[in-house]
Amino acid sequence: MKNDQRYEIRFSGSGGQGIITAAVVMADAVAREAGKHVCQTQSYGPEARGGKSKAEVVVSDSPIDYPKALSIDLLLAMTQVACDAYFFDIRPEGLLVVDSDLVDQVPTSRAVTIPFTRIARELTGKELVANMVALGAVGLLSGQVSMTGLEAALMKRVPKGTEEMNRQALQAGIVEAKKIDLSLLPRSVISDWADD
Amino acid sequence: MKSEQQLPVLLQGNEAIVLGALAAGCRFFAGYPITPASEISELLSLRLPEAGGRFIQMEDEIASMGAIIGASLAGVKSMTATSGPGFSLIQENLGYACVAEVPCVIVNVMRGGPSTGLPTSPSQGDVQMARWGTHGDHPIIVLATSSVLDCFSITIKAFNLSEKYRVPVIILSDEVVAHTRESVTLPGPEEIRVIDRIAPSVPPEWYKPYAANNRGVPDMAAMGSGYRHHVTGLIHDEKGFPTQNPQEVDLFQRRLHDKISKGFNEIQVSKSIMMEDAEVCVIAYGSVARSAMRAVKEARAKGIKAGLLQLITLFPFPRQIVDSALRQCRVAVVPEMNMGQICREVARVNRSETRIVKHNRIDGQLITPEEILKYLVSV
Repeated sequence: MKNDQRYEIRFSGSGGQGIITAAVVMADAVAREAGKHVCQTQSYGPEARGGKSKAEVVVSDSPIDYPKALSIDLLLAMTQVACDAYFFDIRPEGLLVVDSDLVDQVPTSRAVTIPFTRIARELTGKELVANMVALGAVGLLSGQVSMTGLEAALMKRVPKGTEEMNRQALQAGIVEAKKIDLSLLPRSVISDWADD
Repeated sequence: MKSEQQLPVLLQGNEAIVLGALAAGCRFFAGYPITPASEISELLSLRLPEAGGRFIQMEDEIASMGAIIGASLAGVKSMTATSGPGFSLIQENLGYACVAEVPCVIVNVMRGGPSTGLPTSPSQGDVQMARWGTHGDHPIIVLATSSVLDCFSITIKAFNLSEKYRVPVIILSDEVVAHTRESVTLPGPEEIRVIDRIAPSVPPEWYKPYAANNRGVPDMAAMGSGYRHHVTGLIHDEKGFPTQNPQEVDLFQRRLHDKISKGFNEIQVSKSIMMEDAEVCVIAYGSVARSAMRAVKEARAKGIKAGLLQLITLFPFPRQIVDSALRQCRVAVVPEMNMGQICREVARVNRSETRIVKHNRIDGQLITPEEILKYLVSV
């Protein structure tokens, strides 16, 4: 069902991990890119903590009709539960990005595993900013935003006094993601079948 | 004179409603926070004082509705925003606004119901309630939003219609529309048309607050402006005092309905997309219209002559445009996040020549393009 140029990202985890915030900053950064349309949606339970949480960012060169994801280009999973629930929504050549300490069983070898939460804890002493470490990695791997634009969007939305901690977290995520060569990841075999 | 190009901003549907309300001249808001409408209150509590307006968080939605009626009678454009459970509570005073002809705007961000239902999930379950929720055979205007830009422009439209026709206007949004953030370029102030209620031009001692004129919409004096008058929920004569005189009652009741009927052309808004040569059509509103839009495009790509009739005004039901769509198409698909509340209106218009297919989803999830496409392909 995807014949226009859409790039779809789903951020997922549990309530309280800052999943929606990360998606909002990502969308804000895309909105600053000339000529790009962006739509950000979310779904969450009534709980303040715990429960499944997901947020989506759809990027397109043309105006966006259906605002939610149709087949995902990049899935960020910050818990095993989220990874299991949403893995099958990734399109064949899509990418899975997980927190390697929180997702033990990665369902595909076509995945990027980074210990976002551990990096946040070791760098700033607070797991709170794990979402921003993840955002740095997602921002870079998606190729949809400039890193300066992403940082500017983040600075606009963080509470006063936490700018430096958030900036450090974002940059740490970008640095980790730069170490990854996506061309070395195995290709999806599913797309081979689809060609038949 | 052309203004400089406005820059795109990332806005949520709820935020766009706030900006639309401010642009339309809203300077009073009373409400009680409720998911998924809370952001409207939150942002207005910051923006209204800056704009010289007033924001009050009331003890509940009954009182909120009372407060906005009072503020509007005092001459200030007023609004409240709520969701299902709160929408139930405003109904009593909503009737008062109808009978006393008090302009005001009520936003209902629909979530799953009945009762507290599904607080964080979208629904379109309050469509008929928006039309008939308050008792009595009252006219009312109900508009549906489907995108962030819609939220801005439809809120302005809601205030304009409310002021022009002295009638409460209900904006139906839903959780998806409310919480979706989009990059949008809002129109500049010079592109926005704002309508204000007409104040009496006669001296105060000649003023008859409910005297009919050719529009059927009496001039409205603000309380405190020297035009002393009486406002009541009882059926009243042209001076505003209760009456049971059958002639006066009939005149009054018919005027309430007629003033809206006279404005059908302006009040009934819809968008026809790829309808020119359509043989099958989707009739949709709210967030579902976006799914429908995609489904129609996909169908066209498959060579099916599909079109979309997106309803913006739900009530008074846009009979004429629906009728012409039905006469043109063999099949009309009506997807809704309820059990068919607009579908029954569509069926009433149908002259039995068109097959009407309803698609209902009531699990708290937005209808997908694929679900709608399935019908377009198979019919």
